[in-house]
Amino acid sequence: MGEVIVVTSGKGGVGKTTTTANVGTGLAKLGKKVVLIDTDIGLRNLDVVMGLENRIVYNLVDVIEGNCRIKQALIKDKRNENLYLLPSAQTKDKSAVNPEQMRKLADQLKEEFDYILMDCPAGIEQGFQNAIAGADSALVVTTPEVSAVRDADRIIGLLEANEMKQTHLIVNRLRNQMVKDNNMMSSDDVVEILGVDLIGVVPDDEQIIVATNNGEPLVGTDALAGQAYMNICRRLLGEEVPLLDLNSKHGILSKIGSFFKKN
Amino acid sequence: MGFVDFFRKKSSGSVAKDRLKLVLVSDRANCSPELMEQMKNDIINVISKYMEIDMEGLDIKISQTEVDGSDMPVPALFANIPIRDMHGNKKSE
Repeated sequence: MGEVIVVTSGKGGVGKTTTTANVGTGLAKLGKKVVLIDTDIGLRNLDVVMGLENRIVYNLVDVIEGNCRIKQALIKDKRNENLYLLPSAQTKDKSAVNPEQMRKLADQLKEEFDYILMDCPAGIEQGFQNAIAGADSALVVTTPEVSAVRDADRIIGLLEANEMKQTHLIVNRLRNQMVKDNNMMSSDDVVEILGVDLIGVVPDDEQIIVATNNGEPLVGTDALAGQAYMNICRRLLGEEVPLLDLNSKHGILSKIGSFFKKN
Repeated sequence: MGFVDFFRKKSSGSVAKDRLKLVLVSDRANCSPELMEQMKNDIINVISKYMEIDMEGLDIKISQTEVDGSDMPVPALFANIPIRDMHGNKKSE
């Protein structure tokens, strides 16, 4: 029986789609059978981040409406046998799908896949309700900015209200030097404010942009962000992996590490 | 910005954290600025019955405070109400 994970944030542009692509690809590289679902109907994105935009025939709405079978709509990844994408529809809107239909779809996919990752749209309206409907756990992505953390707090409240069993936090786009200069909140600060378990910190990394330009997730590469994403995947599988040292000497992350050892 | 202010200025990271904490307290309490304003006016009305207060210097906000038996700070209503005249009545202004 697979696990359904929703990747959500509230605020747009903090890295939900990039996180979905990288965590999904990472889990597949670790030998799991994974399907990524783009639930942002009308604003299809995950396909281009994965570099699979030219292979789309059917989409999520086609599957929901019964125009095709699930298998026909799933696109196999270029590089990984274990990885599939269910793209979103570009010409429909959010009302084309309801939470009950998403729950059914998730239940069907659970029988075949180890992990089903839902890439959630920004906002807290129907698209969000659709994406979380069938989810067993949530990955909340935020950046260390006031607006993003505020929205993440709202999302965490809504996830609790919807009885989400488990919620993990990813602090994305951390700039270590700015944290050291006290000009950016640390992941410690963000965790303290939001009060949920941290599963990873991803540094702001130019290589992410290069990877997205090429349509290739960088998880598993030597790039710092690539390592950070792979660590998140290992933690999802239950491994204990220390937080990435963004700064070889007494960095802020070693403090976070000791913070989590205490808990 | 003055020379002294420059050195007193908090780093933007801690400013962000403080602002965020405050905004979340009211978000979580579901307390809008309009509601705060109404409450502030009601408080002024009640206290003005008994003493003359300095409306200009009055400050009411939701903040956080430590309580015994819990590690987590809890939301608290802070009211700083300067008194002009303890025995004054409103007519003596």
